[in-house]
Amino acid sequence: MEFIGEKLLQVVIALAIFAAVIGLIMLLVDRAPKSVKDKVTVAGFLAPAAILMLVGLVYPAIRTSMLAFTDASGNGNGFDNFVWMFTQPEALTTLRNTVIWTVLVPLLSTSFGLAYAVFIDKARGERVLKSLVFMPMAISFVGAGIIWKLVYDYRGPNIEQTGVINFFRVALGMDPKQFLLDAPENTIFLIIVMVWIQTGFAMVILSAAIKGVPVELIEAARLDGANAWQQFRNVTVPGIRGALVVVLTTITIATLKVFDIVRTMTAGNYDTSVVANEMYTQAFRAGEPGRGAALALILFLMVLPIVVYNARVLRKQREIH
Amino acid sequence: MKKTKYLLPVAAAGVLALTLSACSGDGGGGGSTAGSDDCSAYESYGKHDGKTVSVYSTIVDVEATNLEESWKQFESCTGITIKYEGSKEFETQIGVRAQSGTAPDVAIFPQPGLLATQARAGYLKPAPQTVSDLVDKNWSPDWKKYGTVDGKFYAAPMLANVKGFVWYAPKTFKDKGWEVPKTWDEMIELSKKIAADDKNMKPWCAGFESGEATGWPGTDWIEDVVLRAHGPEVYDQWVAHQIPFNDPKIVDSFDKAGDILLNPDMVNGGFGDVRSILSTGFAQAGQPVLDGTCAMHHQANFQAANWPAGTNVAEDGDVWAFITPPIDESKGKAVTGGGEMVGAYKDTAEVQSFLAYLASADFANNRVKLGGVVSANKGLDPNNAQSDLDKLTVQILQDKETVFRFDGSDLMPSAVGSNSFWKGIVQWINGTSSQDVANSIESSWPKS
Repeated sequence: MEFIGEKLLQVVIALAIFAAVIGLIMLLVDRAPKSVKDKVTVAGFLAPAAILMLVGLVYPAIRTSMLAFTDASGNGNGFDNFVWMFTQPEALTTLRNTVIWTVLVPLLSTSFGLAYAVFIDKARGERVLKSLVFMPMAISFVGAGIIWKLVYDYRGPNIEQTGVINFFRVALGMDPKQFLLDAPENTIFLIIVMVWIQTGFAMVILSAAIKGVPVELIEAARLDGANAWQQFRNVTVPGIRGALVVVLTTITIATLKVFDIVRTMTAGNYDTSVVANEMYTQAFRAGEPGRGAALALILFLMVLPIVVYNARVLRKQREIH
Repeated sequence: MKKTKYLLPVAAAGVLALTLSACSGDGGGGGSTAGSDDCSAYESYGKHDGKTVSVYSTIVDVEATNLEESWKQFESCTGITIKYEGSKEFETQIGVRAQSGTAPDVAIFPQPGLLATQARAGYLKPAPQTVSDLVDKNWSPDWKKYGTVDGKFYAAPMLANVKGFVWYAPKTFKDKGWEVPKTWDEMIELSKKIAADDKNMKPWCAGFESGEATGWPGTDWIEDVVLRAHGPEVYDQWVAHQIPFNDPKIVDSFDKAGDILLNPDMVNGGFGDVRSILSTGFAQAGQPVLDGTCAMHHQANFQAANWPAGTNVAEDGDVWAFITPPIDESKGKAVTGGGEMVGAYKDTAEVQSFLAYLASADFANNRVKLGGVVSANKGLDPNNAQSDLDKLTVQILQDKETVFRFDGSDLMPSAVGSNSFWKGIVQWINGTSSQDVANSIESSWPKS
């Protein structure tokens, strides 16, 4: 109890300090001489965010980049960590898996989400159907990992099965299968978990976008004799292009950083490791912070173009509207 | 606009006051003395009223409650408040916390390798002289060696465990007329007999699944075999990397353990085939011994806590254990084991007095009395051990003939001991050859 009370007090104090600092800045800005008021205002309001960005984002990023060129004891070792990354079979598997994840997850989640959104659009019970698919979004990645680990659970052929899938396999006369032990298909079984989570996200965004496509356009297409597929292909898809890009890029970024599912379900064993998992393992378990930092840097470089593309598309759309 | 003139100083003062009060943090509280308890035994630790020592370790659940209980009186007599935090993620989190500057005052390391990493990184404070003297008095030089990094003594040992027990059901053995094997060869003979005799029972059950640490129970198997088949000298050389990990002796040890672990006739009672070892949690893996689908299970003394509540652990009870028998009897009565090392990130007076208490015979007796653990502390009275198994363990630890060696994976650099060795075991059970596994672990050994 004492512990909780202390923490609550700290929260209250922190909030009060925050309010006080903001209040102080506003007062100072307000009192600035008229001649430089605009500049002071801009500086005053940007400074807190800029300082936090510098301390919390820019500085760690620079530190990590420098760390990537050092060995376990902190001495510079040139490009050794990167050489290791692109020559060790284990590290190469990690990179390969990350590529498989980034290709499959956004593609599958978005396709399933889009198909589902189109089919249930204006259907009866749309809300219920939507929330069913959206629900996995509410489960944490670790929770989902544990759930699916139980689903894939294995017992020998003559022993009562505890995993759902193997239970049905045995009921149908098949042998139970060790889903998570055999590469490369085990990566697919992990990807299914991520798709299961992300489909809901894709579906909700795309469904909203579909509803935003003007009815007149679809009616016009129908009058011109377009069939359902043509309507979808030539009217709906161009109409929701912006939303599609956002969904694809968001899921791609989330997938590049995937860590929790792999760590919970296989801990990167059986050739299933991905860059984020390997980064954590190297930095904090194997005592090789340099290798971890190098992997983090590579991850950053992989995410960067997608973020840039995403920002560009958004800006373009704003120009059109 | 006139009122802003008053507001500014007020606001400024407010910010200042709040910042100050936030910095001063916790004051007072704690330190309530617990009545009439006799504090004479604790006089040497001094008085540190209102001081707090934070402790972080891997120990959780009942073990944690008992641990806190064992320093209750120390707290009330010295006035120090011990803030204990246990986490199963300790091994990874301690590195994160030390790097981010939020290290605890005291950390209880389950692995000397991890301790060495932290000491070499400059985070740990060397142990004070009082602690060093206590360790000289209470522990064998082997144990002190495990708390020493590059010639500097950092950490006193705390509790100990003995690995390599083979658990079995005495009743099953008696009914079938099996004898507890005295040598490794006898054990293999017995296993073959069980495999041939009984269709519903496999001689062994094993489970190596343990989240991101999956594979570690397998490292215990290999260590037991290396120490028993090739002796303590080879074991020390192997652990210190004076012989390579893929030395023929080590590969041979993998193969010897593989006679059991990789043989579908031998494993995996109650769970399935060889590979089901990888998907079976280590805490559940021994259960089939109780229902008769498995005859033997290899696990450390802490397996006693993994049996269902009400299981009688005794020589004439539901389950009992024998220590993995010698392979080459000329190499002596060898056991592997583990233990915790108490390292400090601060060297304040209250931290040092707490360290001295943990290294004392008083602490060992207080903690062992509560049951479930033992210590290699020579000041420990064996009669304080609470269960038959604890008594057996203390006997083994205090026996002068016993050759004791620390769990090898805990002594290796973390890149091997808590990464590639675990992963290697996983690949080995999953079908990779002993030689290939040993080669790949060897290649992961840090060069510097």
